[in-house]
Order: sequence, then C-alpha cells, then structure tokens
Amino acid sequence: MAVKVLKPGLSTTVQDLGRPGFFHLGIPVGGAMDRLALSSANLLVGNDEGAAGLEAVFIGPELEFLAPATIAVTGADMPVLVDGVEQPSWTALEIKAGQVLGFGYLRSGGRIYVAISGGIDVPMVLGSRSTYGIGALGGFKGRPLATDDKLPIGMARPVSTGRMVPEPLRRRPGLTAELRVVPGLYWERLEEEARLSFFEDNWKVASEADRMGYRFKGGRRLTFSGREQPFGAGADPSNIVDSCYPYGSIQVPGGTEPIVLHRDAVSGGGYAMIGTVISADMDLIAQLQPNAPTRFVAIDLAEALQARRDQAALFDRIRNALAP
Amino acid sequence: MMSRYSFGGDEHLFVECAEAMSLEAFFKSLSITTAIRASGIRGVTEICPANASFQVKFDPDVILPNDILREVRAIEKDAEKTEPVVDTRIIEVPVFYQDPWTYETLMRFRERHQDPNSTDLDYARRINGYATVEAFIAAHAGSPWFVSMVGFVAGLPFMYQMVDRMRQIQVPKYLRPRTDTPKLTIGHGGCFSCIYSVRGAGGYQMFGITPMPIFDPGQTARHLREFMVFFRPGDIVMFKPISRDEHDEIAARVTDGQFMPRMHDVRFDLREFRADPDNYNAKLMGLINGR
Repeated sequence: MAVKVLKPGLSTTVQDLGRPGFFHLGIPVGGAMDRLALSSANLLVGNDEGAAGLEAVFIGPELEFLAPATIAVTGADMPVLVDGVEQPSWTALEIKAGQVLGFGYLRSGGRIYVAISGGIDVPMVLGSRSTYGIGALGGFKGRPLATDDKLPIGMARPVSTGRMVPEPLRRRPGLTAELRVVPGLYWERLEEEARLSFFEDNWKVASEADRMGYRFKGGRRLTFSGREQPFGAGADPSNIVDSCYPYGSIQVPGGTEPIVLHRDAVSGGGYAMIGTVISADMDLIAQLQPNAPTRFVAIDLAEALQARRDQAALFDRIRNALAP
Repeated sequence: MMSRYSFGGDEHLFVECAEAMSLEAFFKSLSITTAIRASGIRGVTEICPANASFQVKFDPDVILPNDILREVRAIEKDAEKTEPVVDTRIIEVPVFYQDPWTYETLMRFRERHQDPNSTDLDYARRINGYATVEAFIAAHAGSPWFVSMVGFVAGLPFMYQMVDRMRQIQVPKYLRPRTDTPKLTIGHGGCFSCIYSVRGAGGYQMFGITPMPIFDPGQTARHLREFMVFFRPGDIVMFKPISRDEHDEIAARVTDGQFMPRMHDVRFDLREFRADPDNYNAKLMGLINGR
C-alpha cells in the first residue's frame, strides 16, 4: 500500500507526536505542531493517536492513492477535495484506489493534518517518525515531501467512515489569538514598562514563523534593564550565558520582536527568555498565519495547570465522540 | 551559593547555577543533572545540562511543578558534596584554519560584521591582542576546550577554553546573524567556540572548518556508528591545525569509513586543574599524543 505525491504543497512533512529524550543533544521533540488535530485525525481513521500523518502548511498537497484507504483531514479550514469534489473535514472519508486527494485555498488557520488508515510507515528514527528538517532526520528521507515520492502506508484496522469530530470540539484560535504565558525565566531582567507593554500591546505574527518558532511584531520595543554583563554572556542586555530553552519560551533578541519557540525549537542559546507559552496553547500557534493578530495573556502556574486539564478534558470528549 | 529556580511554563523547571560562565558553574550543572538522572524521578522526560544552568522537562500529569522543584532542590543540596571529577574523553579535532569555504561565506556576509574590512580571524586576532593570525591560531589550538553544552541544533558542541579568564579568547557575535554557515565550521562567539553540526544560520565568528563529521543521521562515519551525535557534555577537545592536503586526506578517509578521531579516556579533576592549569593541560594533551 502506498500513496504517491503528485504535488507536495509548500512544506508537507511526516509527523507523529515526536521524539522526546534527545533535547540534551540538541534534537528537539518535533512532531505535529497541532497535536490535538493530528490525534483527532488518527482516531477518525482507526489509528493510534500517535500514528504518523502528514502536516501541510498553508498549501495542501495532492496525493494519489494506489490502494483504498480511510482518511481524515483536520486542523486549518481548507477545502478537502477527492477527485475535485469537496468533502467534509474532521470526518472519516473513504478513498478508492486511484482517487486523488487535493485541497482548495486556505480559508483560515495555518496547518492541516492528513491521517491515513494504517499510518505512514516510514522508518522510526530515535523512537519517532517525525521529520526534523534541519537535521535531515526522520520522516520521509529527512525532508519535506517532493513530487513523485511514494509514501509507505501501514496495515489498516477496519473502521467505519462518516464519523466526525463534532464542531464544538474543534479548537481554533479566535480572531485575535490569545496565548497564555507564565512569566518567568529572565522576566525580571525586563524594565517595568516592558513588563506591562508586552501584555498590553497588540502583536501580529511576523513572516518568520515556522516549526522552529513564531516571531511576533508590532508591539512596543521591550527594553532589558542595563547591568554589567556577566562573563561569557555577550554585550547586549538581552544576552545571557547560553542556556537551555524551554518549548514555548519567549525570547526577544535585541528587544524588538518576541520569538516563541515551537516543536522544532533550538535547544538553547544566549537570548534571555521572558516567559513561556503554556502547553495547552501550543497547538493554537500552529494555526496562526502571518499577520494574525495576537495578544499575550499573563497567567500563573496554577491557571496553566487548570488550562492543561481543560485541554485534556476536551481531548477526552473527542475520544468519547469517536469511540468505536 | 544556591541556584536560581524558575518555571518555563507548566512543563519545564529552569535552574541557573550561576549568571557568569565558569568551569565551577558548569560542574555544578553537570553534577546536579547527573544526580537527577540517577534518581529516576517519575515524570521527568528530559534532563538538559547547559553551560552554567540546566533544564528539567517534566510531565505535570505525573508530577506537579512544586513537587519536582522540591526534589531537585534536595538533589542540589546533596550534589554540593560531589567531587568535581568527571570520567570523560579527550578528543583531537583537526581544523583547517583560514579555509576557502568559510572565507567565501564571511565575505558574502561582510556588511553584517563589526569590521567589514577584515576577516573574522583577523578581527578576532586584533581585539584579542595577538600580533599575527598565526599566533592567534596557535592560542586557539594551544589549550584544551571543555564541551560545556551540546545543543542549539543537533549535536552542536559549545566549548569553553581551559585557560585563565584573562587569556580566554572573546569575540562578539556578528552584528546581524548570517543566514548561512558551512557545515562543520569552527565558530566563536562570546567566550565559546563551537562546531556547526549542520549548515544554516549562525552568528559566531568563523575561524576554520573540520573534515570530521560530528552529526550524521545516516551514521556512515566510523566514529558515529554507535550514535548519530558524537559529542557529550564533559568531553575535552583539542584543535589540531591542518593543511588543505591533510584536510582532503581526512575527508577521503571519512568517506571510506576509515577515519577515527584520535581520542583517549581521561578522568578530569577540576581541583587538580585549578592547582596548575598549564601543567594539567600539558598532561591532557600528552594523552592524545601518546606520551
């Protein structure tokens, strides 16, 4: 069983839920940027939640199925076309051998997830099938898909088609995305004015926004208080002795544009981090387009844990809705 | 002095052992992270030592943030009694200084540099007070370096020069980062040298290139067969200046699967090093040279 790539899209990669355990060597966890979307798609087609699927950003691929399969597309709002005829997203669809899955223009959101019954059966590397592009590691030959690639597909379990994730359970960013942040790390190094403006200002996603991190622009400059820089840190007040970076941590090189690190994060560096986007809101970032209006909302750790429980409860409702 | 603790959201505990870089701060980070690994705390998913700090990633569904904080604080207390000793390796890394590839790249990004009219090496030589580039290279290759962190991208070692602070080479990073750096470039920024494990963006000054691969998911090179990442925190590195011919000869042996870096197991003791750094370094270098 295989799927042939007719058109690869802008950057379409094989992703599962990632490869924890190697961040201390600079190899990030990777995996789907919107985990809930990938897991939902997998459940729809009868896969394990963490099976490998495709993540496509802004432009969908065109795929020819060489054998029948059940598929589901979740995530961003992008018309799903089977042999040119629009089909519902967030729904298990039957595909016959020879049919072509394609996509219309993106309506909202940033990334779609395509799950195929049986999962994409590329080799496991360090415990995961996720593509880590910079390291040319995992996925399909360590890179985004290209025309004429043939994706191996695993053994499918029987599953009924037509099942769908109910509309209210599809979590999406609002018109202005609100990303909840726990201030910390080197937060105290910011001038008081910057601590206020960071949460007051309206930000927009900048053009440099990818699996490694999302950059934001449009807010006031964030000034770090001056100090005699510690040995080895570098001259700019935003510099620190190179340290680890948490996933979701926010750095502000030179004080101008905050960067939120995502699943393919660099594991460390020398820019002071001012806080961290909570785990429950990481999926939302995956669905932000360039120029998407965004606000950062300060919360404390207890609220972050509650948000995590809420996110887990949402996923439980999806699991229940899709239980065979 | 106790470390500074902070949370990185709901999944990370971030611990700064010291604000300034020093071998003492690095050893503190290494000994605490080693003890955390040994303790097998449930819910810990990643333990990442860095130069003078470290990070523990945890699953808050298994262990609550304040519980992991309490556990790590207790470990820090115990780890203070740990002797600053590490069983490690000393490794010789051949470096073709002033190579044509980094030269081509640095010329391409000259307008992003502090001193557009000189090369990265000549700039570093001048601001560090060396009369000639040759003397600067001799200093860079003349003492061992401690791998104090592996990361940024896959397998990239940050290396800290094992000499008195007064003699450490220091350079600022590029004014604006380059969008390109050749793979296996020897770079330097702040007080750290690094080896770029993959081609890509970078802000460190470029001094040369090594033919010795340090990260390869295909694991074709002999020294990468066990694992795709070569360096580990605590490794000790010696740079050996090589010519173009030697570079090409090593590169060919890498391709043939014949190349193995020269290396030796060693027990490093920070106290002995501190007592007489030059003599201690000479002994370390003697291990590589078979003396």
